[in-house]
Amino acid sequence: MTDSPLTVTTLFHFGPVPITTPVVTTWGLMAVLAIGSALATRRLTLRPGALQTALELLVCGIAEQIRAIIRSDPTPLMPLVGTLFIFLATANLLGLLPGLEPPTAHLETTAALAGIVFVATHVYGVRSLGLKRYLAGFAQPVWIMLPLNIVSEFTRSISLMVRLFGNLMSGVFIGALVLSLAGLFVPIPFMALDILTGLVQAYIFAILAAVFIGAAIGATDRS
Amino acid sequence: MNYVEHVSIVAAAFAVSFGALGPALAEGRAVAATMDAIARQPESAGVLSRTLFVGLAMIETTAIYCLVIALLLLFANPYVR
Repeated sequence: MTDSPLTVTTLFHFGPVPITTPVVTTWGLMAVLAIGSALATRRLTLRPGALQTALELLVCGIAEQIRAIIRSDPTPLMPLVGTLFIFLATANLLGLLPGLEPPTAHLETTAALAGIVFVATHVYGVRSLGLKRYLAGFAQPVWIMLPLNIVSEFTRSISLMVRLFGNLMSGVFIGALVLSLAGLFVPIPFMALDILTGLVQAYIFAILAAVFIGAAIGATDRS
Repeated sequence: MNYVEHVSIVAAAFAVSFGALGPALAEGRAVAATMDAIARQPESAGVLSRTLFVGLAMIETTAIYCLVIALLLLFANPYVR
């Protein structure tokens, strides 16, 4: 039987702080993505090469998706939502590399990401509407909805967290189970399914972040 | 014997099986309705499929909740010593 998916393994201690495997994986991935992006965008030209064309396709694709949701200029949301999508898409596929497992298959990582989205929603909302109008939005459509609106702020963050964790963790868990049952080629279809799940979940996380922020800045209906 | 463990295992299987039932039916209905709409209006396929994905994620969350409950019962059960 495999280990409990709810616990994390401590790799080493940094002073009194235990450093776990997902933390190391996340920081490694962040370093790879940051250095890779810095290197890839160092020499941008007007006539793009193959790498720049691919990057432009990705960035423009993300911008188009955000524009379709908030129905206005996607530039203010691009740093957050674009980074979330690229990070999650790579993090969710890390399980395909031998010896690594996706950091998003642990509840702590997804909780941190959902927390980022939770804070960012209110920051964007206050910044675009002003504090008073933003807070007044919670009493829409009638004041009796106030407690429900406040509760839904928290429950949707929790569901954002649990959804990503549940999908990724079940993929890792089933992969480990199948591997322990049957050896060589049997896990391959499950890994192919993991690619699909990982990309779809990254897309959904980024889209939902954009929908939440769009609702907070008043671009779409509060949902 | 400690009957709490046995009940937990049965309850975990119960949670996953019935927790998968409802979302499966709901997702089937959602996909069927979207297929219908795309067949009628192929030009709106982009908007429809994006909304479908977000909606499926919402529906799927209930199944994921059941899965997490089952895992809590199996691995983090507070009543098992």
